[in-house]
Amino acid sequence: MRKAYLFLALFFSQQAVAESASSLLKKYELLAKQESAAFVGFAADKGERFFHAERLHSDGKKVSCATCHTADPRKPGKTRANKVIEAMAISVNPQRFSDEAKVEKWFGRNCKDVLERACTAEEKGDFIAYLLSIK
Amino acid sequence: MKKWLQFLVLITSISATSALLASGGFSDNSKQAMPVVANAKWKTECSGCHMLYHPGLLPERSWNKMMAGLDKHFGENASLDDASRDEIARFLALNSADKQDNRRSNRINQSIAAGATPLRISQTRYFTSKHDEIAASTFKRKSIGSAANCVACHQAAEKGDFSESQIRIPR
Repeated sequence: MRKAYLFLALFFSQQAVAESASSLLKKYELLAKQESAAFVGFAADKGERFFHAERLHSDGKKVSCATCHTADPRKPGKTRANKVIEAMAISVNPQRFSDEAKVEKWFGRNCKDVLERACTAEEKGDFIAYLLSIK
Repeated sequence: MKKWLQFLVLITSISATSALLASGGFSDNSKQAMPVVANAKWKTECSGCHMLYHPGLLPERSWNKMMAGLDKHFGENASLDDASRDEIARFLALNSADKQDNRRSNRINQSIAAGATPLRISQTRYFTSKHDEIAASTFKRKSIGSAANCVACHQAAEKGDFSESQIRIPR
């Protein structure tokens, strides 16, 4: 019986997690449609390429999302100040993308640090779709 | 009777000495340690990427400059919403090294030239003189990273406790 409760609790918490990331995706979907008439939907494989794409920053260094988050989003990363960054993959870290203000804060900072511009809603959605797809 | 008097003098002098030692020594009446401070926004926002620095480690003018340039924070974008930034800036100013009366904050503050506004604690004369026996290569160890990562060696740094007994330099 206990096991059944545990299973139920786990099932519903997983549901809740998927719920918050996908409700955020719906918001970005609306924005992406406003930003571009050509938008057809988010794609995890585009998000994967985005995550790993290296570019030359104007400070002369090569950067990508993976620079700090590591090439494997299931693993913890490290900030430049030597602090651990919790894993990005939602299957490993269910807290990810559950707080919209936090998500927007970090997209706001990190897009400017890596791309030297703001990210589009499409890029944000692809990024989340990729991190949702990782088992 | 004479023995009693001698005993009394001995006891009085021992307790007087220990009271003096406990109060922080002969020449300086202020406290040695930085006080415990707390602000929820400071704690969450200022420890997202690096260790939590006690406000008593830099003077008010340094914190003001820091908080006015968060979009270029040591080469990174650390922007905050205005309300959070203002609240943290007020908290830092209120508890800064020049608004505190403890020995460490006083000495840090005194080691900074009046016209200087350092953003790095590691560039104050207090810091460099305290760490002159630590080789540059030690700071670069993987377990440490840089001189900015106090907590790698000072176990209680995030509480503002930099006492000798709390130091362990990792390999």
